[in-house]
Amino acid sequence: MITEPAVMNGHTTTSNGNVVIDCTLKQVYYGEFLAVRDSHVPIEKGKITGFIGPSGCGKSTVLRSLNRMNDLIRGFRFDGHVHFHGQDVYAKDVDPVVLRRHIGMVFQQPNPFQMSIFDNVAFGLKLNRFRGKVADRVEQALGRAALWDEVKDKLKNNGLSLSGGQQQRLCIARAIATEPSVLLMDEPCSALDPIATRRIEELMVELKQNYTIAIVTHNMQQATRVADTTAFFSVDMSKGGRTGYLVEMGPTKQVFENPQQKLTKDYIAGHFS
Amino acid sequence: MSPGTTPVIESSAGRWMPAAAHAGIPSLRRSRLEHRALRSGLLTGGAWAAAILASVPLVSVLYMLIVRGGARMHWDLLLELPPAGFEMGGGFGNAIVGTVVMVGLAALISVPVGIACAVFLAELGPHSTLASAVRFSAKTLTGLPSILAGVFAYASVVLVTGTYSAPAGAVALAVLMVPTVVLTAEEAMKMVPRITKDAAYGMGCTRSQVIWKIVLPTALPGILTGVMLAVARAAGETAPLLFTALFSSFWLVEHGAVRLMQPTASLAVLIYNFSGMPFENQIELAWAASLVLVMIVLFVNIVSRLLGRRRV
Repeated sequence: MITEPAVMNGHTTTSNGNVVIDCTLKQVYYGEFLAVRDSHVPIEKGKITGFIGPSGCGKSTVLRSLNRMNDLIRGFRFDGHVHFHGQDVYAKDVDPVVLRRHIGMVFQQPNPFQMSIFDNVAFGLKLNRFRGKVADRVEQALGRAALWDEVKDKLKNNGLSLSGGQQQRLCIARAIATEPSVLLMDEPCSALDPIATRRIEELMVELKQNYTIAIVTHNMQQATRVADTTAFFSVDMSKGGRTGYLVEMGPTKQVFENPQQKLTKDYIAGHFS
Repeated sequence: MSPGTTPVIESSAGRWMPAAAHAGIPSLRRSRLEHRALRSGLLTGGAWAAAILASVPLVSVLYMLIVRGGARMHWDLLLELPPAGFEMGGGFGNAIVGTVVMVGLAALISVPVGIACAVFLAELGPHSTLASAVRFSAKTLTGLPSILAGVFAYASVVLVTGTYSAPAGAVALAVLMVPTVVLTAEEAMKMVPRITKDAAYGMGCTRSQVIWKIVLPTALPGILTGVMLAVARAAGETAPLLFTALFSSFWLVEHGAVRLMQPTASLAVLIYNFSGMPFENQIELAWAASLVLVMIVLFVNIVSRLLGRRRV
């Protein structure tokens, strides 16, 4: 079943002119290991795109390829194109540092810096030599991340003194303070309890008015709750390796209620994970 | 009641008894004579004995220093110059200054070099051939007999400048300090979590910004601990100073100006010289100087413990 060939880009109805990041991935290697192959993942403006699939299907790898975070991993090779507003981010003259300032990221483990709450959010502003009122922007970012009311009286406290859910919202505030156009989230709730998870999900839905979001999630319910578009990845073990690829991508409702591929149907029904 | 029968909860005494107590389940109480317990007891005792044995030298040295050095201890010792031959009194003020000056100069040389080197090892080229070579030589250098550091400084500084001097001593000490600083600083930087660095790269930091703003500040307590350990070690070294700084019975000041390019006293060399002399006065001074030196080293170690404490 799993060896069934992928249908590239299962449908094209959502691929209108609003694609912010157009990822056409041929092969991604870590050293000799082929991690992901043949996947076309368009990410649309102002929507939440969810990446789901079993462990090892390459969904995090694809996400981290979008802002070239994988460049930091030894042996990583990307064959394909990622077009961000029409520019190939893997072109020789593209500076990944500049790219990451436009495509922000929130990680699986909350990772505030060892500094005050205020400084955590102001960090990116200082990097970009922000000339306006830093305090206003910090307040605005914390407000959008639904954290301001909880921390406004202790902005000088260390970011690591917050609870896990608060730390993750701090990381979101830090990421959006510099106003990136896209926010990548790599399983942002997997280290959080259900209440904190629900808050982050509500937050994502609010944030999509201003930002385009791509989120990797292990939790299918989460995908149905927040994602407008869902991309389902699976693992191909036919050639002895464990290579991930895109099986199907479409509006969340369609992928979950009327999947085009048998593999998707089985996964959603919980037949394998 | 035999183990096979159904357990009965006896309630005749009005007390509830667990059924298991009657069903042949072994007692869970500890038996000190059972052979596993005996063996465990012996091993624990052995570990205690070894721990106490290991601290015997330190405690006895400290005891002797406090008894014999403390007998002669006086504030004047810290301010006066060493006595000559049959002279009575005197002190080792110039040796304290010499030790502080030389260790300070050595730190000025070794800390920037060591940290920069550690940045390369931990962040810039951790897997490069150069890094492996540097790591290997740093590890080898930590075991370098300290007298060889003196030989190096003698050849590269004393012979070139034509005089024994404080800078020559400092170079010898710096050679000993660099590997410690490099290895501890690298270790401290490697402890900075991957996810923290990811966060910085994800914010659009360049590599140098990640190092300056995240890696170095986060690793700072660990780096300072390494620096202070290196300083403490250097302060107690005698051999590398014997033929680089030599010794002097005078202050580093001449005609009202500080002159570093002359033979310089240090506590370690003073202890070495005076303890071998046939004069009671000098031997007592050596004991007192030892006490002062140990106090300095202890102070530096305590500072490093305080700096190394993590603050959240």
